[in-house]
Amino acid sequence: MTHAPHSDVAQHAAEAAHDVAEAVFPPFDPTYFASQLFWLAIFFVVLYVALDRFILPKIKTTIEDRRDRIADDLDAAAQAKADAEAAGEAYEKSLAEARTKAHVIAADTRKALDAEIAKETAEVEAELTAKQEASEAAIRKAKDKAFAEVRGIATAATAAAVEALAGVEMSEADAGKTVDGLLKAKEA
Amino acid sequence: MADTNPIKQFEIHELVPFEAFGLNLAFTNSSLFMLLTAAVTIVLFTLAMSSRALVPNRAQSVAEIIYGFVADMLRSTAGADALRFFPFVFTLFIFILVANMLGMFPYFPGPGLHSFTITSHLIVTVALAMLVWLTVIIYGVFKNGPKFLKLFVPSGVPAYILPFVSLIEVISFISRPISHSVRLFANMLAGHILLKVFAGFIVMLGAGLGVGGYVIGIAPFAMTLGLTALEFLVAFLQAYVFAILTCIYLSDALHPGH
Repeated sequence: MTHAPHSDVAQHAAEAAHDVAEAVFPPFDPTYFASQLFWLAIFFVVLYVALDRFILPKIKTTIEDRRDRIADDLDAAAQAKADAEAAGEAYEKSLAEARTKAHVIAADTRKALDAEIAKETAEVEAELTAKQEASEAAIRKAKDKAFAEVRGIATAATAAAVEALAGVEMSEADAGKTVDGLLKAKEA
Repeated sequence: MADTNPIKQFEIHELVPFEAFGLNLAFTNSSLFMLLTAAVTIVLFTLAMSSRALVPNRAQSVAEIIYGFVADMLRSTAGADALRFFPFVFTLFIFILVANMLGMFPYFPGPGLHSFTITSHLIVTVALAMLVWLTVIIYGVFKNGPKFLKLFVPSGVPAYILPFVSLIEVISFISRPISHSVRLFANMLAGHILLKVFAGFIVMLGAGLGVGGYVIGIAPFAMTLGLTALEFLVAFLQAYVFAILTCIYLSDALHPGH
C-alpha cells in the first residue's frame, strides 16, 4: 500500500519532467511570438489612446478644477476677511469721530451754559446790588428821617423839661445842642 | 487529479486562429489577458471618474492617487518637461500593474483553466522595454541632435580614461533593454513558478499520503499563502520599477548632458 502513492508521485513528477522536456519552455516558445507582439501592439495602443484622450484629461481637469476651486474659495475668504477688517476699521474711525464730536459739542454747550450762567448771575447780582443799594438808601433815609424826628422830639422835650424844671425858657437851638451833646456822649 | 506542473500556467492556447503575412497571429489566452488588461483598466478608470466630484469618493480617490503617483514619479526623476511623456509612462505602469494583478488569479474559466500573466513571457517585456529604449533614442536624437551623444561622454572625466568610460556608457546603454525586460520577466516567472511549486506540494502530498498528506500539506499551504502576499507586492513593485526606470531613461533623452 505504501508503494502505490510513492510510485504515483514519482510517475507524476516523471510525467511533468517529460512534458517539460518534450515541449519548449512556454515563455521561450517562438510559435506565438508574432501573435503576442501583434495583440500587445493593438491593446497597448488601445489603452494608450483611451488613457491619453479620455481618462487622463478627465482626471487632470478634475484635479485642476478642485485646486482652482480651493484657491478661489481661499481668495474669497481672504477678500471677505479684508472687507470685514475694513468695515471694522471704518466703524472704529466713525466711532472715534463721533466721540470727538460729542466731546466738542459737550464742551461748547458747557461753555455756552457757563457764559449764560455767568451772565445771568451777573445780571441778578447787579439787580440785587441795585435793590440792596436802593433799600439801604431808603433805610438810611428813613433812619435819618426818624433820627431827625427823634431829635426834634428830644429837643422839644428837653426844652419843655428845662422850662418845667428850671423855669427858664430855653431856645430851640440850645436845646438841640444839648441833645446832640448827650447823643454824642452816649455814642461814645 | 489537479495538474501540478508549475510550468503549465505559462502555456499559450489558441482561441481564435488567425494568420496574416504568413505569420501565426492567433488570438490566444495571452491576447485575451492583454484585452482584459486594457478593458479592466479602461472600465475601472471610467467608472471611478464618472462622477468627477469635487469631493471624490473612494474609487475616484484611488484613480487620482494613481495619477498623482505616476506624475510625481515622472516629475521627480525626469523633471517637469518630461510630463509630455506622462500618458506613455502612465500607460506602461498601469498596463504592467493590471496585467500582473490579473496574473495573480490562480484559476481562470478559460482554455487550460489557468490564469495568464502576460509579463511572464519574455517577448512581451522585451517589446515594452524596446519601446522605451527606441523612444529614448528617437526623441533624444530628434530633440538634441548630435548633442545626444553627450550621454556617452560624462563631463568632468579625465581625458585619459574617457574612452574607457565612454565604452562602459555605450555598453550600459545598449544593455538597458535587456536588464529592463529581463528584470520584469524573471520576477514574474520565478515568483509564479515558486507559488505553483509550493501549491503543487499540497496536492502531491494529499495524493501520495492521503489524509495525513493533507495534514502535512498545511506547511506548504502556509508557504503558498505567504508567497501569494509576496507576489502581490512583487506584482506592484515590478510595475513601479519598470515605470521608474522608464522615467530615468526618458530623463536621458531630455537632458543627455547629465
